Amino acid sequence: MTFEYAPAPESKSVVKIEKEYGHFINGKFVKGKKHFATINPATEEVLSQIANGDKGDIDKAVQAAQVAYTKVWSKLSGAERGKYLYRIARILQERAREFAVLETMDNGKPIRETRDIDIPLVSAHFFYHAGWADKLDYVGVGSSPKAHGVVGQIIPWNFPLLMLAWKVAPALAAGNTVVLKPAETTPLTALLFAQVCQQAELPAGVVNIVTGAGETGAALVNHPGVSKIAFTGSTEVGKSIARAIADTKKVATLELGGKGANIVFEDAAIDQAVEGIVNGIFFNQGHVCCAGSRLLVQENIADEVIKKLQRRMEKIRLGDPLDKNTDIGAINSKAQLEKIKELAASGSAEGGEVWSPACELPKNGFWFAPTIFTGVTQAHRIAREEIFGPVLSVLTFRTPQEAIEKANNTPFGLSAGIWSEKGSKVLWTAQQLRAGVIWANTFNKFDPASPFGGYKESGWGREGGRHGLAAYLKAVK
Amino acid sequence: MSRIDVKKTYKLYINGAFPRSESGRVYEVTNAKGAFIANPALASRKDLRDSVVAARGAFGKWSGSTAYLRGQIIYRIAEMLEGRREQFEAELKSTGDKTKITEAIDLIVWYAGWTDKLAALDGVTNPVSGPFYNFTTPEAMGVVGVVSKPTFLEFIDSLMAVIASGNTTVIVAPGALAIPAMSFAEVLATSDVPAGVINILTGKVDELAPWLASHMDIDGIDITGVKKQGELKVAAAENLKRVHSFTKLKNPARILAFMEAKTVWHTVGI
Repeated sequence: MTFEYAPAPESKSVVKIEKEYGHFINGKFVKGKKHFATINPATEEVLSQIANGDKGDIDKAVQAAQVAYTKVWSKLSGAERGKYLYRIARILQERAREFAVLETMDNGKPIRETRDIDIPLVSAHFFYHAGWADKLDYVGVGSSPKAHGVVGQIIPWNFPLLMLAWKVAPALAAGNTVVLKPAETTPLTALLFAQVCQQAELPAGVVNIVTGAGETGAALVNHPGVSKIAFTGSTEVGKSIARAIADTKKVATLELGGKGANIVFEDAAIDQAVEGIVNGIFFNQGHVCCAGSRLLVQENIADEVIKKLQRRMEKIRLGDPLDKNTDIGAINSKAQLEKIKELAASGSAEGGEVWSPACELPKNGFWFAPTIFTGVTQAHRIAREEIFGPVLSVLTFRTPQEAIEKANNTPFGLSAGIWSEKGSKVLWTAQQLRAGVIWANTFNKFDPASPFGGYKESGWGREGGRHGLAAYLKAVK
Repeated sequence: MSRIDVKKTYKLYINGAFPRSESGRVYEVTNAKGAFIANPALASRKDLRDSVVAARGAFGKWSGSTAYLRGQIIYRIAEMLEGRREQFEAELKSTGDKTKITEAIDLIVWYAGWTDKLAALDGVTNPVSGPFYNFTTPEAMGVVGVVSKPTFLEFIDSLMAVIASGNTTVIVAPGALAIPAMSFAEVLATSDVPAGVINILTGKVDELAPWLASHMDIDGIDITGVKKQGELKVAAAENLKRVHSFTKLKNPARILAFMEAKTVWHTVGI
């Protein structure tokens, strides 16, 4: 049986995009020198021209943040800082629809996700951290802890505004000021956030946003006025940041790559597990560092699980991200699409068996059909490297011990999933897994109160909760 | 004619055994007046790699043992050390180490009491907005390399901070620290500390620290005893080791620095 759905596009009228954007420095938009285009990856239509920040722009932004830190932000009480964050949280709620549509246009992810997940979590993050601002004695780094000063923050394109919230909210609550560089391909919601800061009358220079690509980020990391770096992105860039700050007094939190194992035991509730597998790998087109990209399924139920998974995948709707019925939107960029294609090709070349549902891809834009590989071994590149796309590698296991061995056999350690109806087995598995976030009988859940971050090469530190906030504070010596 | 003393050969402590350095090298330790004390082993890169293999092998059992058991074993170290106070006093005096052995023993007792309180200190249940039970708990990081400042008290503090949570370690005891450190290895060997949990290498910091920093099966390094840390941090970035150094002794932050926070979500429903 096929379900036909009439198109149900969300209106773009709620969004107003300028032809050109500058940087947001010291409370004002400053005209850029050179520009690059940001496009809608679902249509390849140019949305706006974005300023390409250089060392000079970074320098101005860091100076503004330093002045704001010394003269204004560090002199405010925690309670007053918190009230600004509450204001921001409320304005974000008021303008949620506008942010959701803009995020979907600039990123390519479905409106269903930006509307129901990204943007609500963004305001939740500001609301949560607002309440911490006057309670820093209880964060766990000693009494009257100190802020670092100016924090340089670099965020990725997969959850543009959510990553901004994860970075900016705790930094400000702890009393730091911020220079933020959004991802090259998804700067628009960060620039709209700058307007929210203006509406909230946040003191000038407390949040500065400089747009650009890798060089702009490097200039921020290397600026001597920056005391702390917070980065979310690839493990490769994370390592280069660790090297860049090695001989300085700078500290860093790094949220990097992952190759999450999603383990389905024979005693799992199969239908729920299948939903969890789909959510684990096809949420946000698989552009998720904590995606469940390796399915480890117990051998005796593998055929049944894969059959049900395929049947479920045939019902996934791929297409216009602004359509409210869309499950999978556009791949964020041409470069990312090429990377996914290259890794998927290696999966076939190395002997994996590829399967995708019949799925018509739109003519314009960047698209990749939801895909699973069976017959994958641990040596295959698609079982080892982060694909960051809607591609699932399926491996099997016979005993719980074998599942743990395989799940932990990776340099990453960000996330893992467990599916079993047996409580003691779930807790045993959770203990054995070397990963920072473990979802049991669920997957890809996020909350500002819940620390997020990885073991091993998935990064340094946590974001969210008391643990995440502590990284923005230092003990008084 | 007075009796001739039976002197000790100083070797390394790897995987619960006392091997010589595979390199065959030694160095001379003398007292303040220049009189010969011993020829400790000058550990090599190969010794360090063997130690990491031993530490990795011991990690599962040590981190998987109950906190109560780890506390008792660490307390047992203090008991064994107490019984050899006079020997350590003499060794510390001869090597010019200002550490009071009683202070070192009491420090070990302090750490013994931490093992089953770390989750209370740094664990938390998180009130997430949804039908989930969500908790965060600290757990051991893995294999941690240590270069402490060269006094016995600093050596004990950094070592206990690392193993209390369930990590296993390769620790460097440079120069004259080799003398009390290797006697301490004998204490460990009789304290029910499983083989491989603590591996002690004597020798040179300049030679061993870079290998600790670059070894791909070490998860974190405490380089409190290293002055120029830049190059080590660059090397450590290759597998994103957690790199820390500390100013305060007897600080639970030293334990938590080498633990990972694990967050578990489970659905709530009927």
